[in-house]
Amino acid sequence: MRKKLSKVLMKGNEAIGEGAVRAGCRYFFGYPITPQSELPHYLAKRLPEENGVYLQSESETSAINMVYGAAGAGSRVMTSSSGPGISLMQEGISYIAGAELPCVIVNMMRGGPGLGNIAPAQSDYLQAVKGGGHGDYFVVCIAPASVQEIIDFMYDAFDIADKYFTPVMVLADGILGQMMEPVEFKENQEMELPEKPWAANGKRGRESKNIINSLYIVPEDLEEHNFKLKDKYSIIEEKEQRWEEYYTEDAELVLTAFGTSARVCKAVVDKARQEGLAVGLIRPIMVWPFPQKAFDKVIHSAKQFLTVEMNTGQMVEDVKLAVAGRRPVYFTGRPGGMLPIANDIFEEVKKLMSGGAE
Amino acid sequence: MKKVFTRPESFNDIPMHYCPGCTHGIIHRLVAETIDELNMVDRAIGVAPVGCSVFIYNYIDCDMYQASHGRAPAVATGVKRVVPDGVVFTYQGDGDMAAIGTAEIVHAAARGENITVIFVNNAVYAMTGGQMAPTTLMGQKTTTTPHGRESDANGYPVKMAEMLSTLDGSSYISRVSVHDPKNINKAKKSIKKAFEVQMENKGFTMVEVLSICPTNWGLSPKESVKWLDENMIPYYPLGEYKVPAEV
Repeated sequence: MRKKLSKVLMKGNEAIGEGAVRAGCRYFFGYPITPQSELPHYLAKRLPEENGVYLQSESETSAINMVYGAAGAGSRVMTSSSGPGISLMQEGISYIAGAELPCVIVNMMRGGPGLGNIAPAQSDYLQAVKGGGHGDYFVVCIAPASVQEIIDFMYDAFDIADKYFTPVMVLADGILGQMMEPVEFKENQEMELPEKPWAANGKRGRESKNIINSLYIVPEDLEEHNFKLKDKYSIIEEKEQRWEEYYTEDAELVLTAFGTSARVCKAVVDKARQEGLAVGLIRPIMVWPFPQKAFDKVIHSAKQFLTVEMNTGQMVEDVKLAVAGRRPVYFTGRPGGMLPIANDIFEEVKKLMSGGAE
Repeated sequence: MKKVFTRPESFNDIPMHYCPGCTHGIIHRLVAETIDELNMVDRAIGVAPVGCSVFIYNYIDCDMYQASHGRAPAVATGVKRVVPDGVVFTYQGDGDMAAIGTAEIVHAAARGENITVIFVNNAVYAMTGGQMAPTTLMGQKTTTTPHGRESDANGYPVKMAEMLSTLDGSSYISRVSVHDPKNINKAKKSIKKAFEVQMENKGFTMVEVLSICPTNWGLSPKESVKWLDENMIPYYPLGEYKVPAEV
């Protein structure tokens, strides 16, 4: 059993750094961008204490390719950025997915498109959960909603990356990155990191060389590789769906939201329940694989769904796929760095529950 | 009978995909000979580019990476930081390194990243069909400069060895050629020196190798050798541009 220690107050961005170090990450490559700056600041100090490497790259493009090299050499490695930088990384993420390398990528989402702004948003959902770069692949995508979850999920992120040889994205927003919350760290224990006999770190007596590669020039070979990846993604979809249910057992209206939006939605559910309305919340913790099972579970009592996001409607597409036409699915959201307001959502809920959907 | 010439041990005995007359095979061989002579096949880690030489990972018998276009120096940086006792090299063409990969190569050099870059300059994008490269000479005809490269439309060829030698992080920078046996021998010495400098942790090293591309130049191999000698060497002078004090 891990012993619980006393609580400390920590910023979300710093918590990612500390969580990563505790999960065995010793290498970080990144390029400055708001609103994730406290994370590289933290790791620039913290990683050398653990004989790790913090390196500021010349661009996000370079950062993700340094991650490719460091992951191929068998290390636990991470990078972080926000929207515009994540877009630049997509080329590298595609190569990492193709070469089946484990790594963790943090996206502290901000408003877009283009330069957008630096205010918190959930504007990169579709980019994150639909692959994001070129080719036929997915990235496992975990969406914490509190600083404590950030700490806890960093272990999971690195473990899942190693287990399935896949990039894992931590998808959060500027609010989670900037806010301070009390967190508890599990007592440090000896980590047993997995052996990586496939790593290209020099033959050192190995009989054959290791090659880190995503090139399959013969169509038959690439098809086989694509199907192999597909099989892996199917296993991940079966085994790694994660979500939180909040008052869903008898809910007639089920809200769906992730990250910061889900915290607002919990307040909406509380208010609705106080007024005797059967409202619940499904909070996807993994946004890829999307928690299809959560929707199958509530469909017996749910009459309608309302998706709440900090964008103009992205996850709602996956909710519609999960509900598969069995019930109506509605959307409300605030883009551009604005937060959905609990009272506004509650008004929407009341309107829907009185049969007043537009 | 005494054996005087043989395939390097770290050079895989498989058919090469290069066009007749291409000098990539010679340059690969020089790298493999160096790996053998410095007895470092167990520590050598190579990064292949996008371009004709992408399959170098099949030919040299050490651990290898295939990098996206131009990013090999960033990949090599990630590898070297995790494996500091590895002997890490990239092998890149002129399109890969001198165009799309300029940010990566300049900053790897500026950081003094302890890696060796083999930069093959044949003045053309070869794999994609003979388009103008950043190193294409003035007046040189390519598939995208059908009337020859003109300065007002296409600017001027990039001299990578000269440019990188101005950076403090660069330790050993040279330009060599493989168009005749005498120059091949010189190229070999320079490549070996670059690896030795890396193994002494002295910083960033690069050897630019002038190379022929008969297929895309539209010349015979023999004519190509002559063209390189008469046109490339005057614009891209051979020699050592930066040498660490003690070497």
